[in-house]
Amino acid sequence: MEHIRMPKVENVRLLDRVSSRKAALGTLYLTATHVIFVENASETRKETWVLHSQISSIEKQATTATGCPLLIRCKNFQVIQLIIPQERDCHDVYISLIRLARPVRYEELYCFSFNPKLDKEEREQGWKLVDLNEEYNRMGIPNDYWQISDVNRDYGVCDSYPTEVYVPKSATAHIIVGSSKFRSRRRFPALSYYCKDNNASICRSSQPLSGFSARCLEDEQMLQAIRKANPGSDFLYVVDTRPKLNAMANRAAGKGYENEDNYSNIKFQFIGIENIHVMRNSLQKMLEVCELKSPSMSDFLWGLENSGWLKHIKAIMDAGIFIAKVLIEKDWISFGHKFNHRYGNLDGDPKEISPVIDQFIECVWQLMEQFPCAFEFNERFLIHIQHHIYSCQFGNFLCNSQKERRELKIQERTYSLWAHLWKNRADYLNPLYRSNHSQTQGTLYPQMAPCNFLYKFWSGMYNRFEKGLHPRQSVTDYLMAVKEETQQLEEELEVLGERLANLQKMQLNDNKIQSKQQDRSKQLGLSASTNSLANTPQEYSSDLKSFPSRSPSQGDEDSALILTQDNLKSSDPDLSANSDQESGVEDLSCRSPSGGGCLPSEDSGKDSDEAVCLAV
Amino acid sequence: MEFSELIKTATVESVLLSCAGLPPVRGTLCITSHHLLLSSCPGGDGQPGTMELWLLIRNVDAVEKRVQNLGWYQPPRTNDSPRDTRLAGSSGTITLRCKDLKVLQLEIPGMEECLNIASSIEALSSVDSVMMMYPFFYRPQDLRLEEGWHLFPLEQYFQQIAAQTSQWRLSDLNRDFTTCPTYPADVIVPAAVSDDTLRRAARFRQGGRFPVLSYYHPRNGTVLLRSSQPLTGPNRKRCPEDEVLLGMVLDEGERGFIIDTRSAQAAKQARMTGGGTEPKSSYPQWKRLHRPLERGRPLQESFIKLVEACNDASLSMDRWLSRLESCRWLSHVKAALSTACLAAQCLDREEASVLVHGAEGTDTTLLVTALAQVILDPGCRTVVGFQGLLEREWIEAGHPFHLRCARSAYSHARLKQEAPLFLLFLDCVWQLSRQFPFSLEFGESLLLTLFDNAYASDYGTFLCNNEKERCLCKVKENTHSLWAWLNQPEEKKKYLNPLYSHNPLVIWPSVEPQSIQLWQGLFFRWIRPSQYLDEARAEMQRLVEGNEAPAKESAGSRLSRSLSDPAAWTENER
Repeated sequence: MEHIRMPKVENVRLLDRVSSRKAALGTLYLTATHVIFVENASETRKETWVLHSQISSIEKQATTATGCPLLIRCKNFQVIQLIIPQERDCHDVYISLIRLARPVRYEELYCFSFNPKLDKEEREQGWKLVDLNEEYNRMGIPNDYWQISDVNRDYGVCDSYPTEVYVPKSATAHIIVGSSKFRSRRRFPALSYYCKDNNASICRSSQPLSGFSARCLEDEQMLQAIRKANPGSDFLYVVDTRPKLNAMANRAAGKGYENEDNYSNIKFQFIGIENIHVMRNSLQKMLEVCELKSPSMSDFLWGLENSGWLKHIKAIMDAGIFIAKVLIEKDWISFGHKFNHRYGNLDGDPKEISPVIDQFIECVWQLMEQFPCAFEFNERFLIHIQHHIYSCQFGNFLCNSQKERRELKIQERTYSLWAHLWKNRADYLNPLYRSNHSQTQGTLYPQMAPCNFLYKFWSGMYNRFEKGLHPRQSVTDYLMAVKEETQQLEEELEVLGERLANLQKMQLNDNKIQSKQQDRSKQLGLSASTNSLANTPQEYSSDLKSFPSRSPSQGDEDSALILTQDNLKSSDPDLSANSDQESGVEDLSCRSPSGGGCLPSEDSGKDSDEAVCLAV
Repeated sequence: MEFSELIKTATVESVLLSCAGLPPVRGTLCITSHHLLLSSCPGGDGQPGTMELWLLIRNVDAVEKRVQNLGWYQPPRTNDSPRDTRLAGSSGTITLRCKDLKVLQLEIPGMEECLNIASSIEALSSVDSVMMMYPFFYRPQDLRLEEGWHLFPLEQYFQQIAAQTSQWRLSDLNRDFTTCPTYPADVIVPAAVSDDTLRRAARFRQGGRFPVLSYYHPRNGTVLLRSSQPLTGPNRKRCPEDEVLLGMVLDEGERGFIIDTRSAQAAKQARMTGGGTEPKSSYPQWKRLHRPLERGRPLQESFIKLVEACNDASLSMDRWLSRLESCRWLSHVKAALSTACLAAQCLDREEASVLVHGAEGTDTTLLVTALAQVILDPGCRTVVGFQGLLEREWIEAGHPFHLRCARSAYSHARLKQEAPLFLLFLDCVWQLSRQFPFSLEFGESLLLTLFDNAYASDYGTFLCNNEKERCLCKVKENTHSLWAWLNQPEEKKKYLNPLYSHNPLVIWPSVEPQSIQLWQGLFFRWIRPSQYLDEARAEMQRLVEGNEAPAKESAGSRLSRSLSDPAAWTENER
């Protein structure tokens, strides 16, 4: 609260990113958790809510005759451009937001004040939705070859691993500890995925501290143990996700890659996925392309290519052919992906921020585009997860490791996103998914090399707040409605069939059916109406000034074309407003976060270069 | 000319056919006057072979031949084992690149046979005489010749307009095609303008294409007109009759827009060659807008470059995007859609009538007027309505299909008048169908079929350049109509969009680059594997069909209800 210099500014204009003429006049509010813009237009009073934690940058631009422009870029790719009449107000808002968007303590994050009015039991239930042990059980682990090891029970071996780690049975504690000492940040090879059909497995580790010549007997034993855990195979692949050059350069820093001479029966493979710095710049460039004002087709394609983003996506997909069925919880959270550093939720080193999870989410979307029937969830699910990774509304994506999360008692103090998503699961289902469909059986084989064209720009994500750019009718929602309706009709048919058997007078039934059908329409309206058939023309003639309008002041050749706008603003709801409203207005009453300076340890391990070992 | 003179070798045994995505098959190749047939060899037990290929030779765009193992051709001393080469015999490979963009390979034993087959296909595929083309020989059992030719008389379209206003009349002044050789016999013109005035106005327009009604917008009574450029020339000639004609379209004080599909610069330059634009002083009620659209050779080259890029398997992700950019096809799609939207916007939002023309008025003009109607008129978004639109705005309106679609993207022949304007139109309609997936009654498959048939067809619908030529060739008497075939219930079913529900509104597409996509279904039809997408389509069909008819209606009507009722909106948002 003490950071808010200016809680309210009136007569602020919110500019539309696609068309500069559609500016809305309203009032800007700063609260402890949100920036809120409320339009003045009396019949709509449309609200735009932005969580402080979503803000990635704030830019104060040069004052013009109309006021002082303030540009807020969000991590969920929303860009908000405000014009504040007074330069001084603008400055105060700017200074306040700079502080609010960069909390220094975890406790300032929204999830610690967010209260969805669930009781303790429900909260605990939410955290139990995704259970890693169950996930491994599903894969058939533990079994004859793999077991849970408690070697990391107090995070004694590796502080960025969870307490329970799955390792080959033949790997003794001595081997594990020895191996961990030879690995960057002590991330020894541990099981990620096991395929029970052929005993093949995917393990994960960090780079070895090999330098130019160092070797470690235990580490070599560890890899042999992994190889032997698949009795059907003679060798092991070590996939290094870096370009080989980067790996070689790391040797100078005492790190590097496994020396082939020291590891028998192992094949090495480098996959040129660039490091986080390259990725961050690439995303930055692509977002700049998305922000262009009425770009030509060439501007757009040229910029897209220049950003290299799709190239990186394809590189990751190429690597991912080895690792298909990834589940977010397992692969990204428990194994110490550095959430806090990479997502910049707290004030820290900007060089540590990287869009790796964005890339993972996009890769899943690219797969969904190629295999429309294979995923149970839909695009909205991915978009909402991405939103909440940065929203800090739920505790799931906080901190850098399980250890930190336990220390902060995240599970006791915050709510789980999975419970929230589960509650609304009907919104996230893919109507084309059927558990007995051929695309849901077994592994997906995505198209590789020559099919570059399959990788498309994901405007649903990167331009998701520009509603006008998207298809105006949602096939997913329509099919969901149809599916639900069919199901209800079938149920009804069943009920009626029973009645028919019992009752002799059929006339009685007729009235009931009719009234029921009306009810059904109401229910279905909910999901299907999120897409509006009505829309307005955009500025097809934006460059043309001399297009006369038929307004009373006509005859004036230079009057700009004013578009009549018949549909209400409220008919394009944006996601942020939507999801944030769920939090309820009462929660906005500012609650100063309880003290306790539990600052995160500044870990400067700078490598995202985890190697993946595949035992095939 | 006899076809038999062109066929040097009629059959070859043991030819290997390969095609991307399919296992190769070996069989007997056979050339007839219009087809290339390949029937696979029976297993040796006397069974008849199965037909593997039945290709209309007109569909062949380019023939490439490569002869291998020319052992006897090389000096023996450079060859280590001349004996082996001789034993292997010579053979050749013919690559057939088709107008529908598919690529076939034939491996033919015997060099002479290979060369004969190649030259036969080349000769047969470049027969340019309309009367020699396959539609004049095609006689399917279940269709009658006259069927489908008179489904969409202009008279019928005119009656719809006449029911609402008496300001327009149907004129048959062009019944002998003398006033305008590229117009149909009947045209819709202002009721107050006499045929005599029209004849004089026609002399002031290139090719005699005087302004005629293209579309009447029932919501506000505005109209979309089309014509060719006025022949103002370097001396700024005027034509009172043309001015009267256009003046009659607008009431006192009303304003209209002329959308010129050339740049202001190009329109000005056209004066040097006798063309030009309507000067403001002579047409005070009309406001001119210039929206340059590419046509002719640059458009054809864009198409060729795009297809080249799509077939280049060696491209990296980066190079792919820059190739896509440099071929500029998507820029053309964006420009065409924007211009059509501008025309639609003038009609629907500005409540002003619009005249569209470029130079000849047979290419970009028709692209814009036809596309604007798909955007504005829900009637054009049904299967039958769309056929009517094509008949009225492309075929009868005199788009020179025979010239424009003579060659497709692979041809090595020197470009003459080829340009893929019709394909560009289909692509724009596909963009609309992607942005409004419930609003078009037909799916991608209809657009693909139309593309195929415009370039090579069993049917006479897209033959010739205009109605006059069609009359001379007796196309309607001696060929079958594509519409008759498409409208058979079993056939029509294949083209329907399972998600269709009538949308009475104007569909305003987004023309931002993020919203324009490459039409993969066309450009990658023979390259990308479509199994998973087909499965998704089948699944969609299954879902919708599983839903009983009354329930489907209620879902559809509810969708349209929710948008007209803002109250329902906010309620649903809770």
